[in-house]
Amino acid sequence: MKPLLEIDQIHVRYGDMTALRGVSITVAESEVVCVIGPNGAGKSTTLAAVAGGVKPFRGEVRLNGTAITGRAPERIAALGVSLVPEGRHIFGSLTVDENLAIGGYMRNDKAGVAADRARLLDLLPRLAERLHYPAGRLSGGEQQMLAIARAVMTRPRLLLVDEPSLGLAPKIVDQIYEILLDLRRRDGLTLLINEQSSNRILNHADRIHVLRAGVIQLEGRAEDLRDGDAIRHAYFGFGHQAPAAPAALEAAP
Amino acid sequence: MIGLLQNLIDALSLGSIYALTALGIGLLFGILRLINFAHGDFITIGAYALIVPSADVTARMLIGDFNIALMLPAIALIVIVAALLTDALVFRPLRRSSPPTLMIGSFAVSYIIQNAVLMMYGSRPKAINLWSDANTQVIIGDLRVPMLQVITLVVTLALMAGLSVFLKKSRYGVQMRAAAEDFRMAQYLGVRGNFVIGLAFAISGILASAVALLYVTQSGSLSHTMGVPLALFAFVAVVIGGMGSLVGAVVGGFLVGFIVTMLQAYLPPDLRAFRDAFAFAFVILVLLVRPAGLVPARNTVERV
Repeated sequence: MKPLLEIDQIHVRYGDMTALRGVSITVAESEVVCVIGPNGAGKSTTLAAVAGGVKPFRGEVRLNGTAITGRAPERIAALGVSLVPEGRHIFGSLTVDENLAIGGYMRNDKAGVAADRARLLDLLPRLAERLHYPAGRLSGGEQQMLAIARAVMTRPRLLLVDEPSLGLAPKIVDQIYEILLDLRRRDGLTLLINEQSSNRILNHADRIHVLRAGVIQLEGRAEDLRDGDAIRHAYFGFGHQAPAAPAALEAAP
Repeated sequence: MIGLLQNLIDALSLGSIYALTALGIGLLFGILRLINFAHGDFITIGAYALIVPSADVTARMLIGDFNIALMLPAIALIVIVAALLTDALVFRPLRRSSPPTLMIGSFAVSYIIQNAVLMMYGSRPKAINLWSDANTQVIIGDLRVPMLQVITLVVTLALMAGLSVFLKKSRYGVQMRAAAEDFRMAQYLGVRGNFVIGLAFAISGILASAVALLYVTQSGSLSHTMGVPLALFAFVAVVIGGMGSLVGAVVGGFLVGFIVTMLQAYLPPDLRAFRDAFAFAFVILVLLVRPAGLVPARNTVERV
C-alpha cells in the first residue's frame, strides 16, 4: 500500500545548528505512528517540516506521492495536513467557537463544517459548555482538546500532534488519547504523534520511531518494542556516549 | 466652563483624527509586526488625489469636484491601491524580515511617496477648499460647535463600529484576529497569510482616506509632508495605548488629542511653542507607569 506521508531523508538547519540530519519516516493511511525522543531531539522540527513551518535544506516530504517540501503552511493545510502544535497555540483572545470556526474556513462544504462542529462538541461537552468563553481562559486540558478539535475541523487526512501530554495530568492525557483514537476509528484519521516518553504510546501506536540528536535511532512495530530495552538504548544512546546520569534513568520511560 | 467644553470638543475632534490614524497603524502592527510610518503618506496620497496633478500654487479640483457618492469610493480606492502596491513591492519581499527591518522599509516607502508627490505637485503647500459648508457652526446655548467637528466625530465612531463588527462577525475578521494573535498557527489552519495581510493593508487604506478628507477639510491646505506629523502622533498613540491592541490605539488616539488640545489651551503663552515637548514628556510619564501601554495586548505581553 502506498504511504500517505513520506518524509525522505530531510535535513533542517536553524542558523548554525543542525536540527535534523537525514530523518525518514513513512506513515500509511490510517496508521498511528509515534516519534519519541528527549527534549531537543528534533521531534517538533520534524512535524513543522511536514506542515510547512520550516523548510528542509535537503531531502523531500511527499504527501500521497506529491512533493510538498517548501510549500506555504496554508497550502499544505489545504492538502489535508493539520498540526496540533506543542504548547497548543490556542487563539486566546478568540472565543472557543471562533477557534473552531478558523479550522473550518478553508472548507467549501458548509453543511460538512456544521456537522463536524456538532459532532466534536458532542464528543467534547466541556468545550460545548464554554463556546463563547475566550479560549485563553480554558484549563490546559481543555485547551489541548480545543487544539485537537480545531485541527480536526479542517477535515485532515493526516493529523500531526506534538506532545499532546505535555504538562497535563495523567487522567487528562488518557482522555486526550481516547479522543484521538476515537477520531481515528470513526474517520480513519492518520496520526503522527510526538511524545517524550514511550510508556503510554506503546499501547496506542502501530509503529514507533526513536529520534535523538536529529537522527532516527530506532524504528519498529510497537508490539515488538514493548519490553522497552531497545527503546531505552536508542533513547539514551548507550554504547555511543557516556551513560545517562542515574537521575535521568529513574525518569526513563 | 464654556471655554472648557469648547476645548473638550476640540480635543474629541483632534483625537478622532489621531485615533483613526492610530487604528490604521495598529492594525498592520498587529498582523505584520510592522510599524508603518508610511501610513501618514497614505493620508497624503488621499488628500492629493483630490486635485489635478500640477505644480500650480492654486489647487484645481479633480476628484474633489465629483459627487460625494463617487468621490468617497474613488479616494478610498486610490489609497487602497497605493497601500496594496506598497505591500506587494516592499513588504512582501521582506516577509521573513525582523520588525526593525520592516520599520526601516516603511521609512523608505514614506520618503518615496513624499518625493513622488513633490515631483508631481511641486513643493509649495496648496490652499484647498473642500466642503467649506462644513465650517458653519452649530450653536447650542453659548456653545459654538463647528459642524465639521461633529462630522469628524460621527465618521470616526461609524468607522470604528464598522471595523469592530467586521472583526467580530465576518469570517475574514475572525481570521485577521487569529493571524494577529498567532500568524503561523493561523496559517497551519489554512488561513492564507498574504490574503489576510493584504486585507489589513486595504483596511488601513480606507482609514487613511477618511482621515485625509477630514483633515484636509479642517486644515484647508495640502503639503507633501502633511502626513508625517499625523503618523508620528498616531504612532505615539499606539504606543501609549499598547502595541498590538486596537482598543488601545483608539484610547491612545483620543488621549493624545486631549493632551495636545489642553496644552495648547492652558499652557502659558510663552511655553505654547513647546507644546509638543510637553506632550511627549507626558507620554514618557505614561510609559514609565505602564510600560506595556494603557490597554496591553494579551499576545504581546505573553511574548516578552
